[in-house]
This record gives sequence, structure tokens and C-alpha cells, in this order.
Amino acid sequence: MFKIFKYSFFDLVRSRWSLIYFLFFAITATALLYLSNDVGRAVTSLMNVIIILCPLIGTMFGVMYYYNSREFVELLLAQPIKRQSILMGQYLGLTVSLFLSFLLGLGLPFIFYGIIGSTSMSNFIVLLLAGGLLTFTFVALAFLIAINNENKIKGFSLAIIVWLFLAVLYDGLFLLSLFMFEEYPLDKFSLIMTVLNPIDLSRILVMLQLDVSAMLGYTGAVFNKFFGTSQGFIISLICGLLWIFAPVGLMLRVARRKDF
Amino acid sequence: MITIKALKKSFGSNQVLKGVDLEVTEAGICAVLGPNGSGKTTIIKSILGMVIPDSGELSVANQNVKGQWGYRKLIGYLPQIARFPENLTVLEVIKMVKDIRGEVADEQPLIARFGLEPFLNSRLRNLSGGTRQKVNIVLCFMFDAQYIILDEPTAGLDPVALISLKSLINEERDRGKMILLTTHIMDLVEELADEIVFLLEGKIFFKGSLTDMREMTGEIKLERSIAKILTRNTQQEAQVTA
Repeated sequence: MFKIFKYSFFDLVRSRWSLIYFLFFAITATALLYLSNDVGRAVTSLMNVIIILCPLIGTMFGVMYYYNSREFVELLLAQPIKRQSILMGQYLGLTVSLFLSFLLGLGLPFIFYGIIGSTSMSNFIVLLLAGGLLTFTFVALAFLIAINNENKIKGFSLAIIVWLFLAVLYDGLFLLSLFMFEEYPLDKFSLIMTVLNPIDLSRILVMLQLDVSAMLGYTGAVFNKFFGTSQGFIISLICGLLWIFAPVGLMLRVARRKDF
Repeated sequence: MITIKALKKSFGSNQVLKGVDLEVTEAGICAVLGPNGSGKTTIIKSILGMVIPDSGELSVANQNVKGQWGYRKLIGYLPQIARFPENLTVLEVIKMVKDIRGEVADEQPLIARFGLEPFLNSRLRNLSGGTRQKVNIVLCFMFDAQYIILDEPTAGLDPVALISLKSLINEERDRGKMILLTTHIMDLVEELADEIVFLLEGKIFFKGSLTDMREMTGEIKLERSIAKILTRNTQQEAQVTA
């Protein structure tokens, strides 16, 4: 697994897209930092960018990479190595290279701004954590979709629909249902709804850390009230990790019985 | 030795292999022939463990293939389409496969033979299809594996490379390798094959030498004998349905 990881990582790090992804974050972070001149605000604005963009890029690259490397996977499958290791190696290669672009793109401007040792350091780290969780989750979802669909067009559309649903539609439907059932106690319902969406989870993770109650939103407030800040943080983190392990586990299960 | 017993496989409702029994015991070149969709690639992929059979048994060198991967150390495989990670160089891909297999390999003579020296440091995305196929040939033959599986090996090769490949295959045969070959180019089969396995509709229709095939159909050219089998088959089918 490690060997496959190593080579697909080196392959991806050298692609043009890694550089573009890195530059995008570097420029956005620099602009937000120097325009607002306030780390807290920059982190909040960046969070809004990250929770849309990391899932989108993870989904697109995941599907694209899976389909592009299909013939190469066939070559690897003919080698004396376990098929699950091939898939895991590729998954890690892609996620780690994406995460690295993201990490450096955000990290460098913040380091130059003097984040290290300042009071906002932990806020910034949680932001990176949220981006990382989203990248790992959505690449896994994309791989899972791609491995279940031989048809590229179908796989692509499905992946985009999943992203669109979780990033945009979910919140709308959620709010709508809150509005429709406002006479009922909805605390538990909204907790469950939040846990079921990795993007919401990451948002709450950052918001709980920043402690900006005005921006917590309904779900965040419920989370905060229900678990308290630190416990809520830990629980949302665990759920976020589950959102990585579940699709990865499913993906490996499908791979075991798949015909290539 | 490659042994296949009652191998069955369907993709959805399409039953591709309907109980294939095959035993390749002797060294030499065994050509697996058959019309499109007769299950040639499925058999090869089952041997390599890429396709998981519905039922039946498969063993390579007396090791059952099911759920295993170590046995693939014994096999060199040349796939139909050659595609690699785009941003790696030829040298890196060769190094990678060596690294993955953890074996010593002798790639230099093969690189020289197929004239790949100028491309060693170019990224694979900049190479033509034929050159990629040559890289694939190097990857397949460099390990000195006892079993060699060639799936349409001539795709995209120029005549010079084709001649090199043919002589390479012949040399490997003389060194006692067991070679499985699928192709639609009958001249290649006539030139190389020691044994022919003819698949038709998911079953083995014929197994024997080239001369057996000629005797059976009464045709000298292999292309014609196969065409004869196929037309006879469709006529029979037409009779049955009529």
C-alpha cells in the first residue's frame, strides 16, 4: 500500500492542478488576511470558502482520478499485490496531495502574517483540520461512487449531485423542515441532521472553536447547548472521522468483489 | 501449469463463460482465439484475479488463485491498452513496478531492443500509444516470469517493433516459458502458436495444434478455417431456430 501511495502521490504532486489548487488558496488567504487585517475574520471568511471548495475539489478530483487511472490499476492488479492495497494507496495518494496543496496554500500566508505563537493559532489549526476532514471524506465518497459506476458520465453526475446535495440543498431542506415543524421540539432532529452532513459538521467544528455565537446558526446553537463547547467539539470531530472511515470501508468492501 | 475447471462467469444477464475446462501443461505458446465477446479476456482476467469467477476452480502452478495475490509473482502480463500515471517518467514507472514486485529485473536489454532510450526521461503523457505499448512490453518481460500472458500484444506497434516482439516471444518460448496469447491477427498465430484454444460462446470449441485445426476444417489458412467454423455455427443456429 505504501509503495502505491508513494508513486501516485509523486505523480499527483507534479500535476498542474495541484499547483493551481495551491495558488488559489495562497492568493485567497493572503487577500483576506491583508484586507481584513484580522485573523478571526479571515478564518471565518476562509471557512466559508473551504466548506464549499474542499468538498467540490475532492469530489471532482476523486472521480476524475479514479477513471483516469483505471487502466493503470489493471496493470497493478496483475502484480503480486492485494487489490485493497492498490485502492487504498491511490486514495491516500490523492487525498494527501490535495491536502498538502491546501495546507501549504493556507499555511504559508498565515505563517508570514505571524500566526505562529499568536492567540489565534488554535483557530487556524481547527480551520486546517476542517479542510482536511472534508478532503478525506469527499475523495472517499467520490471513489465509492466511481467504483460502483463503470459509466463515467453517470459516475460524474452522481458525484456532483452528492456534492450539490450536501453543500447546498441539504441546508435549504433542513431549514424548510425546521420551519414546517416549528411547533415540535426539534433539538434531537436537528442534531441528527447535522451529524448526517459532513459539511455541516465541519462548519460547526470551526464555529465552536471560534466561539462566535452569532454565526453558530440554529444547529450550532443546539450543538453548543446540548454538548457544551468542548464536548461538542469532540463529538463533531468523531462524527467527522466516521464520515471518512465509513466510505473508505465501503469502498474496500466493494473492491473485494469487483471485476476489473 | 495453468488449470481451469468448470469456470463460469456472467456480467449481469450476459453469461460470458459457460463452464470452461482448460489445462495448459506444457511450455510453449498457447493461442486463445475466438470471435469478439467469446470470453478470451475474461479468462485471462480470471487467471490474473481481476475478474472474480462465479464458480469453478482456477490454479496457477498448483496454487489456487481465489483470493490470493502472491502467485502473480510468477506471471508477466501485457494488457491491451497501455496507460500509466501521466506525470511519471518511463524510468520511474519501470522503477515503480520493480519496487512493487520486489524482484530483480533485467530491463536494459529490452529497452535497447525496443529503442526506448530516448524516452526514458520523458513523462508518459507525452508519449504515443505505440511507445507506451513498448514500455508495457518491457514491464511484462523484464522479470523473467515463468508464465507470460499477452492480451492483444500487437496493438499500436510499428512493423519494426512487431518483429522484435515476435522474436522476443520466440526466445522466451525456447527458454521454456508458458505463454498465453490472445489475438485477432491469424498470421501471428500461424507464426507463433504451438497450441490453439478456440472459444465459442463461452465454451471451448476446439483445442489442439494448428495441423489438427487444418484437418478438422480442411482449410490451409487459419483465417479461413476459423471463418468456416463461425459461419457453420451461425447456420446451425439458424436451423435450430427455424
